[in-house]
Amino acid sequence: MSNGTLEIKAISGHRGGVPGGGNYQQADGLQHEGASRSYDVCKLVDTTTCIGCKACEVACLEWNGYEFRETMFANTYQTMPDTAWNFWNLIRFKEDEAEDGTPQWLMRKDQCMHCAEPGCLIACPADGAIVQYTNGIVDFNQENCIGCQYCVTGCPFNIPKFNEETKKVYKCTLCSDRVGAGLEPACIKSCPTGCLHFGSKEDMKFEAEKRATQLRANTSYKNAGVYDPEGVDGTHVIYVLHDINAPEKYSLPRNPTVPFFVKMWKGPLKWIGGIAMGLGVATLFGHYLRFGPKPVEEEMNQGGKAR
Amino acid sequence: MSSNIVVRHGTDLRENEVVRYTFKERICHWISGLSYVYLMATGLALFTPYLYWIAYVLGGGPTIRFWHPIVGFLFFASVLWMHNLWHNDMKVTDEDRKWSKTMPEYVTNQDHKVAPAGRFNGGQKQFYWAMFWASVGLIVTGLVMWFPELMPRALHWVLPIVVFVHVVSALVTIAAFMIHIYMGLFFVKGGAEGMLWGRVSTQWAKSHHRLWYEKLLKEDRGSIAPGSKGAD
Repeated sequence: MSNGTLEIKAISGHRGGVPGGGNYQQADGLQHEGASRSYDVCKLVDTTTCIGCKACEVACLEWNGYEFRETMFANTYQTMPDTAWNFWNLIRFKEDEAEDGTPQWLMRKDQCMHCAEPGCLIACPADGAIVQYTNGIVDFNQENCIGCQYCVTGCPFNIPKFNEETKKVYKCTLCSDRVGAGLEPACIKSCPTGCLHFGSKEDMKFEAEKRATQLRANTSYKNAGVYDPEGVDGTHVIYVLHDINAPEKYSLPRNPTVPFFVKMWKGPLKWIGGIAMGLGVATLFGHYLRFGPKPVEEEMNQGGKAR
Repeated sequence: MSSNIVVRHGTDLRENEVVRYTFKERICHWISGLSYVYLMATGLALFTPYLYWIAYVLGGGPTIRFWHPIVGFLFFASVLWMHNLWHNDMKVTDEDRKWSKTMPEYVTNQDHKVAPAGRFNGGQKQFYWAMFWASVGLIVTGLVMWFPELMPRALHWVLPIVVFVHVVSALVTIAAFMIHIYMGLFFVKGGAEGMLWGRVSTQWAKSHHRLWYEKLLKEDRGSIAPGSKGAD
């Protein structure tokens, strides 16, 4: 992989297409031919082999230069209740019971899902604060972030987190700096059980389906399946879940989508509003040309008095 | 008559002039107006990428994100003050309904067919109430958007609706604002001067707000004694 994997596909709050964009359809509807071949990267998380060791949490902090913070105990095996601006990777834990009453410890590595249709990027008004690379990574550029948190509004996975001090929003980068240099993400590298995989989306999807099939055939997980939600056009982090019919058990939304009102606001409303404002100015100017200012005249006034 | 200057309600009046807006009303209006222009400009910068350049002009994205809510509060405070000053004058009456029926004639300058108006005509009242209620919508949604980090996760689904209502309310005010500017600066000559210095000619008052003018003769807003008005 070359730096070509960090070719930008979409930019938040940006007018027109992507400068020097690659081979894909841009906002202007035109197909642009780029020089480099691109393929999507993907993380695969097999929840059935995660032991909750939290090596990925540590690796994430190490690589991204954040200090390990004090953990919070809330009667759960989780490090803290939620991800934070400087804690992007959290193993979520849930104690559950299988149908036959067997206790289950459900672990899920929670981080940015890197949606193909990223709600954060769609909602963001700041030019260049959020970019989507052609390899599928959705990345925040804090130097362009204005701290409005529209990304929080747009995200169906509750991922972007606000830093009160810097007034910027942060989240998992899918280690775009490592991936761009041909390395796998830090979390993947640290996983001792091999429950984390990294590769092209196509390959990961294949591996995931293979694993799900194996689980259905050889274990009691008859509903095992792959979580790659279509509502956001698929994600660049996919899960093998022991029960695909109950993603809520892993605190995953059943059918995540970019919120309807975000789509309306950033879609039709933006165009209707813009056209209405333009037409409004034109109409008023036309009215001025046709009728001009209202006269205040003696005669007119007298006419008015006569009623 | 010589140009004696009479002062009424913080307004300098020359001969044949009446107080259209008191000094207090003018201050209130311009706090409202100037803060609104800032809010509209910064709001539009975040509304569409094609106007994001406004953010750079006004100090950069983080700067406008910082000031927009604060100026919003100033704007809403001035709206409340204005409401306190004008809510009686803005009550919609039968005269306004009559006036509104003749709005097509008003718009096409057939003023002799237009029903006489009080201090504010039906159109001005429509503008006022559109602005007032949209401002309420903007401040309520704006408060939530100021600190979305305080929104509990279980209520995050409200955020997109809040932003949507904010944008729709803002678009309503922009439509009203464009008409307001056109009326005040271009269509009704003397309107802007009235709001700047508070005075309009008796002719202007008679011509545009006859019911108000007739009522005015009994009050102390004129530069000359009410009795001498009959002379012109």
